[in-house]
Amino acid sequence: MRCRPLLGLLALVYLATVLAGFLSPEDPAAQHRELAFAPPTRLHFMDAAGGLHLRPFVYGLAWSAAADAYAEDRSRISPVRFFVRGAPYRVAGTFSADRHLFGTDAPGPLFLIGSDDFGRDQFSRFLHGGQISLFAGLLGAGLSLGVGIVLGGLAGFYGAWVDETIMRVAEVFLALPWMYLLFAVRMALPLQIAPADAFLLVVSVIGLIGWARPARLIRGVVLSATLRDYVAAARSLGASDVYLLRRHLWPQVSGIALTQGALLVPQFVLAEVTLSFFGLGVGEPVPSWGNMLAGLQRYQVLSSYWWMFVPGLALIPVFLLYYALADALHRRAAGFPV
Amino acid sequence: MNGRLAGAMLGLTCLVAASVQGQAARQAAAGDWLVTRGEVGRAGGQLVVIERTEPRTLNPATAIDSPSRDVIWRTMADLIHINRDTQQIEPALARSWVVSRDGRRFTLSLRRGVRFSDGHPFGADDVLFSFRVYMDEKVGSPLRDQLIVGGQPISVRKVDQETVQVEMAEPYAAAERLFDNVAMLPSHLLEQPYREGRLSATWGLGTAAAGFAGLGPFRFKEHVAGQRLVLERNPYYWKRDRDGKPLPYLDQVVFVFVPTEDAQAVRFQSGEADITTRLSAANFSVLLRDQGERNYDLADLGAGLDYTFVFFNQNAPGEKATPAMRRQLSWFRQLPFRQAVSLAIDREGIVRLVYRGRATPIWGHVPPGNKLWANRSLPRPARSIEGARELLRKAGFGSRADGTLVDSDSQPVEFTVVTNTGNTERIQIATIIQDDLKQLGMRVNVVTLELRALIDRLLTTHEYDACVLGLGGGDADPNSEMNVWLSSGNTHLWNPGQAQPATPWEAEIDALMRRQMTTRDVALRKRLYDRVQELVAQNLPIISLVSPSVLVGATRGLGNFRPTVLDHHALSNVEELFWRRRAGGPQ
Repeated sequence: MRCRPLLGLLALVYLATVLAGFLSPEDPAAQHRELAFAPPTRLHFMDAAGGLHLRPFVYGLAWSAAADAYAEDRSRISPVRFFVRGAPYRVAGTFSADRHLFGTDAPGPLFLIGSDDFGRDQFSRFLHGGQISLFAGLLGAGLSLGVGIVLGGLAGFYGAWVDETIMRVAEVFLALPWMYLLFAVRMALPLQIAPADAFLLVVSVIGLIGWARPARLIRGVVLSATLRDYVAAARSLGASDVYLLRRHLWPQVSGIALTQGALLVPQFVLAEVTLSFFGLGVGEPVPSWGNMLAGLQRYQVLSSYWWMFVPGLALIPVFLLYYALADALHRRAAGFPV
Repeated sequence: MNGRLAGAMLGLTCLVAASVQGQAARQAAAGDWLVTRGEVGRAGGQLVVIERTEPRTLNPATAIDSPSRDVIWRTMADLIHINRDTQQIEPALARSWVVSRDGRRFTLSLRRGVRFSDGHPFGADDVLFSFRVYMDEKVGSPLRDQLIVGGQPISVRKVDQETVQVEMAEPYAAAERLFDNVAMLPSHLLEQPYREGRLSATWGLGTAAAGFAGLGPFRFKEHVAGQRLVLERNPYYWKRDRDGKPLPYLDQVVFVFVPTEDAQAVRFQSGEADITTRLSAANFSVLLRDQGERNYDLADLGAGLDYTFVFFNQNAPGEKATPAMRRQLSWFRQLPFRQAVSLAIDREGIVRLVYRGRATPIWGHVPPGNKLWANRSLPRPARSIEGARELLRKAGFGSRADGTLVDSDSQPVEFTVVTNTGNTERIQIATIIQDDLKQLGMRVNVVTLELRALIDRLLTTHEYDACVLGLGGGDADPNSEMNVWLSSGNTHLWNPGQAQPATPWEAEIDALMRRQMTTRDVALRKRLYDRVQELVAQNLPIISLVSPSVLVGATRGLGNFRPTVLDHHALSNVEELFWRRRAGGPQ
């Protein structure tokens, strides 16, 4: 598959999370305490009296203790409306708005993929959670790739003691158990830590620990390129190190680095999901796909509410897109037709 | 005539006297049984019970963990026992007792003809030996503190082979309750290890069955490490049913070890275990859903003795405290601040969301499950965000345009609620509190810590703001929580180990708790403890939230299944349990 369509699809996924405030009908932290673990809301076009409605609507839900389930309260309908005003939100931390793509009139509410244990809308949390999980992966991969390119490039280009030193340090980092390191880092920090700081912490740790693998790869590519005749020729003609790196080595490295990046992002998304799953990522009430999945550690949730799996299921297409992109980038870098 | 009548009377008297003597002799030979009131059952079968972990020991003198105690108390007995159902004391190995007028001396008459599970007779020497062991500092028994009254260990004296006298330094209100959970040890087996100073190491899990004896309904049979621990019927047990049949009915009790609560629920659901005693509300609802198709019964016993609460750090700021920490501590010490928090918390929401309705909202620290001591006249203010805002406004707190609550120095009110990792229910409660207090403009962070790290912060370093925690589970008597309520107590959570009470109300609680401890008049004790509950509810050193229901389950067909809210729950009457349909063989 070509790179562009894949990039387009990934861009759409990321755009959906950036516009989470607009696309989601609810504030992700808003609790409906009478509607814990409500199933996905059914959209209706026909009311209880048999009347057809062009505008879809939902019925309110009420807990029926006798049936041990939610039942629709058919005495009143809540029409679904578009571009409604609702809870205020910020888009990419830049401007505030309160207009949502869709929502319902009271009593509502509209849970497209059900609600969680506090009666919070899973769909709104899923989109907002994607901001944390997907961007943590992207930024973590960018950070580790950046550090990996610089250190791997230096090691491969200068060789000798520089190479030895950087590669030995890389081996130490490869041997570090990152989960325990994060436990230790979290213990050393004060109790009170804002969600944004927790996010940066996760990104920094997974990014800075993950540089060793790309560095080893880049070092190998640079080392083999520096031994090529045209590099030796340029060097003998007095080319500077910067010129050599920019003109002859970077073109060799860039394709591989991008491929490596496309492989690293899903790994780091998974790292964030794992950390949050174990309570080491961003804390409540800020959602991430990892802390949304944490509820599945409980037997009751695991055995009763299928919609709690949605963030985990969403990882599959996202990862497949990244792996397809990595394949396409690899083919392009290797000169295969794509 | 008169001589004949006198002779007949004398003959009759001799006959009656001889008959009474014969009856006593027969009774003494047969044993002085305690007759239970439960349904008459049938003998046979085994019971599989789930435990969280393996017991560490079978030695009652050193056991502190609950799995060990669960196993040990099926094999041991005490002199006076707290009936887990009525929460009142009742005779056990002591069939009766007399209390001296000053309330300091107890004369206990032991049951006659009682034998240990190895057939050796039980007597006053065993009682003396047991108390000597528990009170010996070198043994390090956790029961030792319980047996110190008025600063001095109780003294135990043998009157005769069937009578012992216990004396205390001062009158003790719940003195009879002291004897509960004090297992009588076999001196014929343990005297030598005790003399040689190796009693603490005796009766580990590797003990041979022949080297173990107790007075409980079962005796140790075998332990397979990591898999199971098996107890078998004690043929010498001193209880009988109403028909005079020997108890226990069951041949065996098998403990299996399943580490997580979820896995326990799955094992019970699949029929691999017969009894589960500590179900969470979430798992209870899962099991309840399948109850119709499965072969088990579930019981919601209502509020137990456990209660969950949130409390604020009220320790004096240390030398290293930053200005921000000093400011936070000053908020927490203000009563209106704590009252506002209490008023804003949605207790009903906690009951509904966290416990699926299987808990009781509480406003005082003694839950309704504590039938004898709960003060039912405490006010139960309804949740009111407006009322909470008003309290804060009067206390000098204000609001920014964005709704953020600020103190009198215009600093935003922000703090952290800690609780222990792995306790899903407490984490959920903390998250609900976070959302409730957000409505007051407070910014609350929720942090979970490993339990030991949390306890260290609470009781040693005092580096925390607020904490969600739980207490309870042991005895219903107020004396069991002396260490929590006395200002000098090491577990006086919000400000432990005070040299002098920091506030007048803490001083009053100290005086009330000390007085009730030495008062024998139960009605007066109740009034004193009611006042303690009032003071706690008024001053809110802890903000009581909910008391979870005790939820248990048992395989269908288990007779005399009468679980209790006190500890041992479903196993408190294990000697009376029997299988209605499945008797006669292992399941």
